[in-house]
Amino acid sequence: MTEKKRRAVLGLGNVLRRDEGLGIFCLEPLRDRLRGGSDIEIMDGGVLGMSLLPLVESCSHLLVLDALDAGSAPCVVMEMAREEIPLFARLKLSWHQLSFQEVLEFAEVRGKLPGHLRLVGAQPADISAGVGLSREIEAVLPEIVDRALGILKEWGLT
Amino acid sequence: MSRSIVIDPVTRIEGHLRIEASLDAKNSVTEAYSSGTMVRGIETILKGRDPREAWAFAQRVCGVCTSVHALASVRSVEDALGIKIPRAARLIRNMMTAQQFVHDHVMHFYILHALDFVDVAGALKADPGKTSEIQQSISSWPNSSPGYFAAVQKKIRTIFSGGSRSLFSRGYWGHPAYRLPPELDLLVLAHYLECLDWQSRVTKIHTIFGGKNPHPNYVVGGVPLPIVMDGGRALNAEKLSVIADSIKKLNDFVDMVYIPDLLAIIPHYPEYAGLGEGLGNFLTWGEFPMGDIADSESFVVPRAVILNRDLKNPVVPNPGDFEKMKEYVSHSWYAYKEGDGAGLYPGQGETTFNYTGPEPPYERLNVKGKYSWIKAPRWNDKPMEVGPLARVLVMYASGHKATAELVNTVLETLEAPASALFSTLGRTAARGIETKVFGDLLPGLYDGLVAEIKAGNTATFDGRKWEPRTWPKHAEGFGFCEAPRGALGHWIVIESGKIKNYQMVVPTTWNASPRDHGNQPGAYEAALVGTRLAVPDQPLEILRTIHSFDPCMACAVHMVDAAGRQVAGAGTGFNPIARS
Repeated sequence: MTEKKRRAVLGLGNVLRRDEGLGIFCLEPLRDRLRGGSDIEIMDGGVLGMSLLPLVESCSHLLVLDALDAGSAPCVVMEMAREEIPLFARLKLSWHQLSFQEVLEFAEVRGKLPGHLRLVGAQPADISAGVGLSREIEAVLPEIVDRALGILKEWGLT
Repeated sequence: MSRSIVIDPVTRIEGHLRIEASLDAKNSVTEAYSSGTMVRGIETILKGRDPREAWAFAQRVCGVCTSVHALASVRSVEDALGIKIPRAARLIRNMMTAQQFVHDHVMHFYILHALDFVDVAGALKADPGKTSEIQQSISSWPNSSPGYFAAVQKKIRTIFSGGSRSLFSRGYWGHPAYRLPPELDLLVLAHYLECLDWQSRVTKIHTIFGGKNPHPNYVVGGVPLPIVMDGGRALNAEKLSVIADSIKKLNDFVDMVYIPDLLAIIPHYPEYAGLGEGLGNFLTWGEFPMGDIADSESFVVPRAVILNRDLKNPVVPNPGDFEKMKEYVSHSWYAYKEGDGAGLYPGQGETTFNYTGPEPPYERLNVKGKYSWIKAPRWNDKPMEVGPLARVLVMYASGHKATAELVNTVLETLEAPASALFSTLGRTAARGIETKVFGDLLPGLYDGLVAEIKAGNTATFDGRKWEPRTWPKHAEGFGFCEAPRGALGHWIVIESGKIKNYQMVVPTTWNASPRDHGNQPGAYEAALVGTRLAVPDQPLEILRTIHSFDPCMACAVHMVDAAGRQVAGAGTGFNPIARS
């Protein structure tokens, strides 16, 4: 058994689809605010699927930053606790349709879902093809980073 | 009476692949249409950027195909500027590509495709003792005791009874088209669970050679990793031994698990050796240059086109041939300046969106008009299949010894003639065959790298043409790669140091292509005709053939669906395309 001791912030999303990449765009400001001196790993998970499973399973604490679709108005910032994140599999035509939620489900089935798991994100305003966040989402980025720092503090990691 | 079905696993946000099929009175597919329901847009994003950065954007197109896009991209720039990479860099790139093939194919098989043939409900009825006997008879894999399989069965039962929050909640379990003995169902499912542990042990090659994982680094001119045998961060003796160990773990699973499982499964589905391949035309750009990349004779997978299933007369395609290599948009949501009936060479390709489809949600696409975001690439005006079957046929036709031996083993197992290769099972077997062939390249590539290092050839990067002032004002290049899913091409035009035009023709553009200006179907569309469904609203038989191609729809949209909706049926609600 691998020892589960990594603490990581994992940014997810596609930086080629504007706000879809907001989880990645949060990582630099977060790194700046943490100012080193911390053993928290800050990782860019992009749109990787199953290859993130080993990372997920090696964490005791995992904070995920991602665009969130809750059918709410654009730019609404949301936070989900471990037990609130819907895990599911669905009919796939392609192996590439595997979502991060399924990666979490695999980890759970294997009894390796991190004990401390949280998801923070926002409903995107613009996910058309392009690089860079919309101005609306840019404006809520500091709030997402604040929430992330708050969670790390709550976990006693900062 | 005819009826039609739609398979569209589109969630509220994610656009992907959609199949519309018409069935006859006996529930056999008479016509099929394949639609990519999401636009990619990468070509537009790359215009005006520094060509040396293109790979970093290209690898973000897809979460499974990251490194292949990066490789095709750096090769396109190197081709345009006449950059030759050092020998050690070539060996390292080849090792990364071979590792990617093995990793990707094994995961695709166990996590997705095997479940088209393996029934989870069946595994629950299996006798673990008999499963153990089968395992011990087909390979020397150590996890083979009755107790081991009993524990796996218990685990599967726990997952299966987990209801909607279960990995297995969306399958057609118990479908009459499943036909394996329960003991084999259990055996393959044990390996489904095992490959999840295996994958974490075999990614070391990418972590070390790419400098980091996820998203390994690439560089125009070589690889971004110096070789310093007593260095810390560089490639050194210690890291080389980690790589040697990783190669062994990688190949052990292929030899003792994947290939024996594949050979055990296929004899139970002989009808799929007779259907599921529709075009009869195959294309490869080639891979694993063992010499100069301009010398396609040095490739392990030759560059070739096979027409009308004629293995005796393969043709060598020229990717720079303006006359032969064209993309059509008669049935695709794009507009061409000279009219939508035209065909454009990718180096001069245009990406102007022209969505004429219905406002989502919709019941049906108008397949008489434009119906896909995928263009229709054609070689010499013919649709082509790309991927494992194309590669194995090309290697087989060229007399590649290891490939021929494996092909013969498969045909003997099926008790079928060579024509059985032109099928769904042929494609699925080809994926296994090339996994072994490419995995077996790794020890030789490793020895080659060690020999280069011993001879003092430790250069991994050639920076003589790094600076844009050393470039011509105008340059054009073709970058290729055999991705796990098939022939991948990037065409780049560089002007005054910036990207003027960038076009990708990805494997799934070939395979999932819609009809063209002459109404010729693409590979999926042709492959599905004649497939008979036992239960029309549970189209397992269609999934078998579609999954055998390993579609990559460039998973460009990746969002958490907070409401946890599962939609498998007609796409509903919001769709990003409607907004562009």
